[in-house]
Amino acid sequence: MNLTLKIWKQSGPKEKGKFVTYTLKEISPNCSFLEMLDILNEQLINKGEEPVAFDHDCREGICGTCSLYINGRPHGPDDAVTTCQLHMRKFKDGDTIIIEPWRAKPFPVVKDLIVDRSAFDKIIQEGGYISVNTGGAAEANSILVSKPNAELSMDAAACIGCGACVAACKNASAMLFVSAKVAHLGLLPQGRIEAKERVKKMVAMMDAVGFGNCTNTYACEAECPKLISRSNIARMNREFMCAKVS
Amino acid sequence: MAELNAKVPTGPLAGKWTRYKDHQNLVNPTNKRKLDIIVVGTGLGGASAAASLGELGFNVKIFCYQDSPRRAHSIAAQGGINAAKNYPNDGDSIYRLFYDTIKGGDYRARESNVYRLAEVSNNIIDQCVAQGVPFAREYGGSLENRSFGGALVSRTFFARGQTGQQLLLGAYGALSRQLKLGTVTLYNRHEMQELVVIDGKARGIIARDLVTGKLERHFGHAVVFATGGYGNVFYLSTNAMGSNVSACWQVFKKGAYFANPCFTQIHPTCIPVHGDYQSKLTLMSESLRNDGRIWVPKNKEDAEKHRKRLIKAKDIKEEDRDYYLERRYPAYGNLVPRDVASRAAKERCDAGYGVGDTGLAVFLDFEASIKRLGKQVIEERYGNLFQMYEKIVDENPYENPMMIYPAVHYTMGGIWVDYELMTTIPGLYALGEANFSDHGANRLGASALMQGLADGYFVLPYTIQNYLAGEIGVKRMDTSKPEFEEAEKSVRDRIEKLMAVKGNKSVDHFHKELGKIMWEYVGMARNEAGLKKAIEQIRALRAEFWKDVRIPGLAGEMNPELEKAGRVADFLEMGELLALDALNRNESCGGHFREEYQTDEGECLRNDQDYMYVAAWEYLKEGEFQLHKEPLKYEEIEVKQRIYK
Repeated sequence: MNLTLKIWKQSGPKEKGKFVTYTLKEISPNCSFLEMLDILNEQLINKGEEPVAFDHDCREGICGTCSLYINGRPHGPDDAVTTCQLHMRKFKDGDTIIIEPWRAKPFPVVKDLIVDRSAFDKIIQEGGYISVNTGGAAEANSILVSKPNAELSMDAAACIGCGACVAACKNASAMLFVSAKVAHLGLLPQGRIEAKERVKKMVAMMDAVGFGNCTNTYACEAECPKLISRSNIARMNREFMCAKVS
Repeated sequence: MAELNAKVPTGPLAGKWTRYKDHQNLVNPTNKRKLDIIVVGTGLGGASAAASLGELGFNVKIFCYQDSPRRAHSIAAQGGINAAKNYPNDGDSIYRLFYDTIKGGDYRARESNVYRLAEVSNNIIDQCVAQGVPFAREYGGSLENRSFGGALVSRTFFARGQTGQQLLLGAYGALSRQLKLGTVTLYNRHEMQELVVIDGKARGIIARDLVTGKLERHFGHAVVFATGGYGNVFYLSTNAMGSNVSACWQVFKKGAYFANPCFTQIHPTCIPVHGDYQSKLTLMSESLRNDGRIWVPKNKEDAEKHRKRLIKAKDIKEEDRDYYLERRYPAYGNLVPRDVASRAAKERCDAGYGVGDTGLAVFLDFEASIKRLGKQVIEERYGNLFQMYEKIVDENPYENPMMIYPAVHYTMGGIWVDYELMTTIPGLYALGEANFSDHGANRLGASALMQGLADGYFVLPYTIQNYLAGEIGVKRMDTSKPEFEEAEKSVRDRIEKLMAVKGNKSVDHFHKELGKIMWEYVGMARNEAGLKKAIEQIRALRAEFWKDVRIPGLAGEMNPELEKAGRVADFLEMGELLALDALNRNESCGGHFREEYQTDEGECLRNDQDYMYVAAWEYLKEGEFQLHKEPLKYEEIEVKQRIYK
C-alpha cells in the first residue's frame, strides 16, 4: 500500500516544531506500524536526511515505551493495542496518516515523537508500592487473597504506564494511571496497611507535576491499550475521600 | 592473567550457602553510607539489587537506557517463576528443583550456584507476595501453581501471562521507594559506555546521556552489571530492540572473561517470520504447552496443501495428524524442555512437514483443551496471549490452531562469575542473564525470573559485602583522575570513529546481515564447516561496517542511530566469539547442537570426557581470544544422558 505521512518534527523541548510530509510506497499490510516507520527511516538515512525519532523497545505491547498519537487517537485506530502491535492492515491504500507525540504539559517533547514521561515515575515514587524490605517477608501463603479480589487487582496491575490515558484526556488527567496503582495495591490485604497514606501522597504528586483532573469523559478507558477500567478511578476517589475525612 | 577461581565454599552442597553467610565479611551500617555502588540495568536483577542495597544503606546509582526503569525487558517475560514451595503436594523439594535445573541445563552448570538458586527460590515468592505481586490464586485464597517444561511437578507461580511484568513492577516499586528515600539515584536514558578500572579494581563507569549526548563520569566502590543477554546478535529475536551486549563486551575487553557464549536458547513457541521488514519475533509463552498440543500433518501432501492455503488445519483429520512430541517423548510429551521441542520442530519442517506460507511453522492446537475445559477457562489462562496472537497474525486461535516456530530467546552464556557473582575484574559483578552461571547449556522455563531475583534480592546483597568490607578505607575518588580521563577519551574516540565513517549503508542493514549469518550457521544446528564460514563472513561484514556505515545527525545530541551503531559494532565482534565457542565445543548439549555429534535418534550427544567444563574466554585483541577452562565437578548428582522419554 502507498501512504502519505504527516509527522511532527521538533528538534528539542524548547524548539518550535512542525509537521513534515513524507510519502511511502509498497508497504505490506502485515507490517507493524513501527516497522513502517523503520522503513521510512531507512529510506531517509539512505537519502542523507535525518530520521524520525520515536520511542520503542519491546515491540510486543508490554514495556509501555512506544506512544504516538495517530490520526487523533493514542496508539492509533485499533482497540486494545499499543502502537507496536498495530498493523498496517488497519489502514487503506492511499491513506494520509497524521502522527504526533503525546500532548500534555507534564510530558514535554524531548525530540520529534519522543516525550518525557518521568512525571509518572515521580508519582509512583510517592507511594506506588508496599513498604517492605528485602528479607522481611512472611511465608507467602500466610497472606490469603480472595480470588475475585486477586483478579481485580491483576486487572488494574496490567497498566503498562504508556501514558495513552493522559494523551487521550482533554484535561491531560493521569487519574486512570494513578488509580490503577491505587486499586492494584488497595485490593490486596498486604496493601491495605498504607492505603490511606498512599492515595493521599500519589494524588498530591499527580497534581504537583501538572496533570489535570477527571471530568468523566472516559476517553482514557476507551484508548487504554490494556483495557484498564474507569471503575478504578471511582475506587481511587472513594479511597481518597475516606483518607481525607478519617 | 586473572586466576579462574570459582571460590565455591567447601563442605556438603546443601550447607554451602549457609556456611558462606555465616563466615563472610560484613560492612557495618555507618560504613555502608560511605560506600558507593553503581548498578547498570533496571530489570529484575538490577532493580532488585539496587533496591536491596539501598535498603541496607549503601549509596547506589542506577542506570538504564530506557526512559523509565519499569521498561526493562524482564517486563516481557510471560509464563511464570519457579519455586520449590511444594504447595500442590506433588513431591517437589529444593533438591528436585536443583536437580531439574542441572539436568535441564544438560550438566553444564555449576552445582553450587544452582543449589543456592533452588534454596532461595522460596524466599523470592514470599518477598514478591509481600510486595503485592498479584499472583494467580485458588478459590480458597492460596497461591496457584502450574507446570512448565522439563519438570514433573507444578512449581510455577504466575500472574496470568504477564508474570515478568508483575515481578518487575514489584522490584520497580521497591526501587522507587529507595529513590524517594534518596538511597538510590536514577540515571534514566543513560547508556554505560566504558568501565573505569583503577589499580586493577572496578571503580566507575563512563555513561552517555542519551538525551544530550554528553559523556559523564561516575565513581563507585563496586560496579554491578545486570544488563541482560545478547540474543540480538541474531537480529531477529524475542528481545527488546534495545537489548544489547555492549556493557558486557566493553568489560570483556577490559579483562572480564566471557563464558559459554555458544549456549543460546531457541524458544520453540514463537510467531513465525513473515517478511524481511520484520524487526522482532514475538514469543508465545511456554505455558501454552500445558494445554496446547503440537502437531504437523502426517502426510506431506496435506502439509503442501496447507502451505498453498488450499486447506485449513481443521480439514486435516485426527488420524492424519502427527503429535510428534507426544510420539517421541511419551513421558514429558508437549512439556519437553525448550531445546528439545525446538529441534523437534525444525526436524519436522526440514523433513517437509512444515505448514504455513513459508513451511517453517507447526501447529499449536487448543481444540482438545477447549473441548475439555471450555473456552472460558482457556481465556482466563491465556487470554492476553491469544489476543496478542490474533493482533499480529490476524487469525483467531480459538478457532484455528496457532502456528509457531522456534526463535532466539535467551542466552545462557554471559560474563564469567564466581560463586559470589564477581567477574574476573575485582569489584565488578554480573547478575541475571548477563552472567553465565545457573542454566548450563539450556534454561528451563520460568527459571530466568527466578535467577534474576535470586541474584538481586538474596545473593548479591550478601556477597558484595564480603568485598566491600575490604574497601571501607577507600575514600570516594575524584573523577578527574587519569583513569577516568582515559576511559572517557577512549569512548569519545570510538564515537568519533563511528561518526567519521560517513558511508552509504544504515546500521540496520549491517545488523540484519549479521543476523542472517548467525541464524544460518550458528542457530539451531551448527557444524564445523558452517561455523568456519560464519567466522569468515562476520569478519568481512565487520570490516565493511567500519568502512560503509552511515550515521546521520551529531554525536552531541539525541541520536538513536548512533546508539544502535555502537551496539551493532559490538555484536559484530561478539558474533565471532559465539561462533568460535561453538566451533571449540565438539559435542552437542542443551541449546548447542552440533550436527556431527548426535545419537542415532537425533538427540544430543554430549562428550563429558572432554567438554565437561565452562569455556571462559579472555580477550587478547580484536578477533583473538584465549580459552580458559573451569572444570565442572558433580559431587551430588550422577551425570546421566538427558532423557525425556
